[in-house]
Amino acid sequence: MHELSIAMGIVKIAESETHKAGASKVECIELEIGKLAGIEFESLDFVWPLAVKNTVLEQAEKRVEVIQGQARCMDCDTVFELEKFYDSCPVCRSNLKAILKGKELRVKALEVI
Amino acid sequence: MCGTCGCGSEEGGVRILMPGMQQEGHTHSHEHHHHHGNSHDHDHSHDHDHSHTHNHSHDHDHGHAHSHAHSHEHKHSHDDGGITLAPNKKILEVEQDVLQHNQVMAARNRGYFEALNILPLNLVSSPGSGKTSLLERTLKDLKDTLDFYVIEGDQQTVNDANRISALDVPVIQINTGKGCHLESDMVFEAVKQLQMKANAILMIENVGNLVCPSMFDLGEKKRVVIISTTEGEDKPLKYPDMFHSSDICIINKTDLLPYVNFDVGKVKDYALQVNANLKFFEVSATTGEGMEAWYEWLKEQIVPKKA
Repeated sequence: MHELSIAMGIVKIAESETHKAGASKVECIELEIGKLAGIEFESLDFVWPLAVKNTVLEQAEKRVEVIQGQARCMDCDTVFELEKFYDSCPVCRSNLKAILKGKELRVKALEVI
Repeated sequence: MCGTCGCGSEEGGVRILMPGMQQEGHTHSHEHHHHHGNSHDHDHSHDHDHSHTHNHSHDHDHGHAHSHAHSHEHKHSHDDGGITLAPNKKILEVEQDVLQHNQVMAARNRGYFEALNILPLNLVSSPGSGKTSLLERTLKDLKDTLDFYVIEGDQQTVNDANRISALDVPVIQINTGKGCHLESDMVFEAVKQLQMKANAILMIENVGNLVCPSMFDLGEKKRVVIISTTEGEDKPLKYPDMFHSSDICIINKTDLLPYVNFDVGKVKDYALQVNANLKFFEVSATTGEGMEAWYEWLKEQIVPKKA
């Protein structure tokens, strides 16, 4: 259940940025999470209320932009979308690939007051 | 609740222990973590706020002071973007990696290891794959040739540290409490107590868990995932994150192959599907079969610096 650690990490960033900006609470938090980031979205939703309790995020709306995985085949250069790390190149079936997108795990923006 | 490790309270918190130590009477060297779950006083944070008055002056020049955050004041509603904000609302473009703290501390560890020419290895696997037995065997066979240090990660007990300590190898135990993985700041604290000499190998045995440790860089040079022949061949597909982030895959308990339904070729195929760069070793930590190749690899990695 590392999603709890992740949620607490998000809280830490939100608290620090909110205070730096002289604001008191967050109305909306925008996250970017890739499908290959190792985050179970349901688990994150499950731990979220617990993690944000008594923090600037308590009443914040959480908007998650899910980023589709994308890789470049190292053998035939095809750029393709992937759901899992073990998806192979749709053109040449090679497993040699460089992940281009999908590992993001970022706090993108905060709307504070 | 601790933000970094998810530990619930002092009792469930992270402890760094020496072998033979009682679990009671521990020192909790984890002060830098904030225990939000307890009685976190909100007013406190507002006080803190006022000490950062300099931030106001940054609002218009997109302050780069402490982080990558750029704050734009939206004092007027603007129609072009379709965003209408109340006068006191602000959008902070934070653009910050959630794991940034862990990565910064991992980089700090890495710099320290490089300066001392230490090879740090992060050993990960599910519980019971034989991480500690593999480690014991390796230390027994190589400790006269190479210098080793060990960090043991478990939720509870100093049992593993005691096993390593019995071999006269310097070892520190990290108990993560309720935490399911090691993080780089725990390793940082443990390493401070190890007082390592140069040109050595640091074995970091992570908490037995094929999921969570995959996300946390400890500052290791190589990540070593261990799978045993008593597990399912499809583990690399079931737990792709771990196999994707590893460099080495050790297949342990090969002495049991005649008795179990485990196809080594298949597990390798699955693992390569997830990570085509994996390097394999097939070993039995019990009989010593195949260990020589692993030892050769270790020796190649740690070339002593010649004056």
